[in-house]
Amino acid sequence: MSLEPPLALLAELTHRCPLRCPYCSNPLALARASEELSTAEWARVFREAAALGCLQVHLSGGEPTARRDIVEITAAAHEAGLYTNLITAGVLLDAPLMERLCAAGLDHVQLSVQDATEEGAERIGGLRGAQPRKARAAALVRAAGLPLTLNAVVHRQNLHHLPELIALALDWGARRLEVAHVQYYGWALANRAALLPTRAQLDAATATVEAARAEHRGRLVIDYVVPDYHASRPKACMGGWGRRFLAVSPAGKVLPCHAAESIAGLVFPDIRETSLAAAWAESPAFAAFRGTGWMREPCRGCARAEQDWGGCRCQAFALTGEAAATDPACALSPQHHLLAGALEEAGTDRFIWREHGATT
Amino acid sequence: MTPRFAPGVRLQEDRARGRWIVMAPERMFVPDETALEVLRLVDGARDEAAIVEALAARFDAPREVIAADVRALLEDLVARGALLG
Repeated sequence: MSLEPPLALLAELTHRCPLRCPYCSNPLALARASEELSTAEWARVFREAAALGCLQVHLSGGEPTARRDIVEITAAAHEAGLYTNLITAGVLLDAPLMERLCAAGLDHVQLSVQDATEEGAERIGGLRGAQPRKARAAALVRAAGLPLTLNAVVHRQNLHHLPELIALALDWGARRLEVAHVQYYGWALANRAALLPTRAQLDAATATVEAARAEHRGRLVIDYVVPDYHASRPKACMGGWGRRFLAVSPAGKVLPCHAAESIAGLVFPDIRETSLAAAWAESPAFAAFRGTGWMREPCRGCARAEQDWGGCRCQAFALTGEAAATDPACALSPQHHLLAGALEEAGTDRFIWREHGATT
Repeated sequence: MTPRFAPGVRLQEDRARGRWIVMAPERMFVPDETALEVLRLVDGARDEAAIVEALAARFDAPREVIAADVRALLEDLVARGALLG
């Protein structure tokens, strides 16, 4: 089987963030500013990513605009020929920065929103005054003529506001809305009991999304990411390990997905010591779960093996202790009952907010 | 109509795979050969007639056929949000 090049790069520029969302996809051990790759190192990553076949870069974090060189980084990605997508909480975005990002070649902004109400958003994101600053950021993006996607992460404690979140997307001028149920890694796994939605909440949300899609056709596209704790088949995580995407962490680790470092025993390439092409093609960690050769039963020989690629390796490891196990989200997994057990135990409203140096 | 790319949409070369693609916010699609020839002429200045003119000068096909193809393609891309007309 010949190795296909990756389509997109997730550039996690920093773990620093003014928000403290309890479902953050960053690892529990957050990288310090002193460990972060330099402007020049990111510029090299972008050139190598474009040469390798990446078409798009997601400038993410943490909060990417927390980096003082975010404009230079955006310019470097644009000059490398990549389509540039800024994934931001928006609270640090002001008019001069927006103007400079535009001039640097930014193509698209994805703005996060934690809840539809100011109080809810403040509580979940852990930052006072966040919501008006996000509204201002949305206005700046639109005034700059850039397309805006609103990203609403939904869970047990804000799903009752989903209709208002959809109204907010329209009000703020987004053409796309991502309604993304929390995925349970890192901080979200630590907060699982406070975040997992009930079946009734999920069904109501799905109905709300379907109705809104019909009502706002042509004005607002709604992407919907369903939570696999209520599923009987796993998601095709990252389109398959080491198959379509790669990520580079703030400290320069080259990863098949942003959560991959949560799997014990895998050694990931360091971009300061290797090239992106070598990491993609030669790293044993990338090869470990690529394709179907690594699979055991019930994945091995399953008709869906090349559709879902066995689900998520990080989730398999987090829940079963074995990264090569079938994702427990699959009903064929002998550990599928673990998800039902977690759903039964869910129901607290106490969060562990994300912070540097936290222990859980 | 004078078509132009919608905000966040652009034609981009995919050298690794030997093709051109239309990049859009968090999605992409691969234009066929005819669509690619038309999209290369979309610059926000050329109107539909000028695009037909440019193609008629290059391709050995009846102008009416080219004009009909261009009209259908532009309408489709406007409907998909890739172009503004």
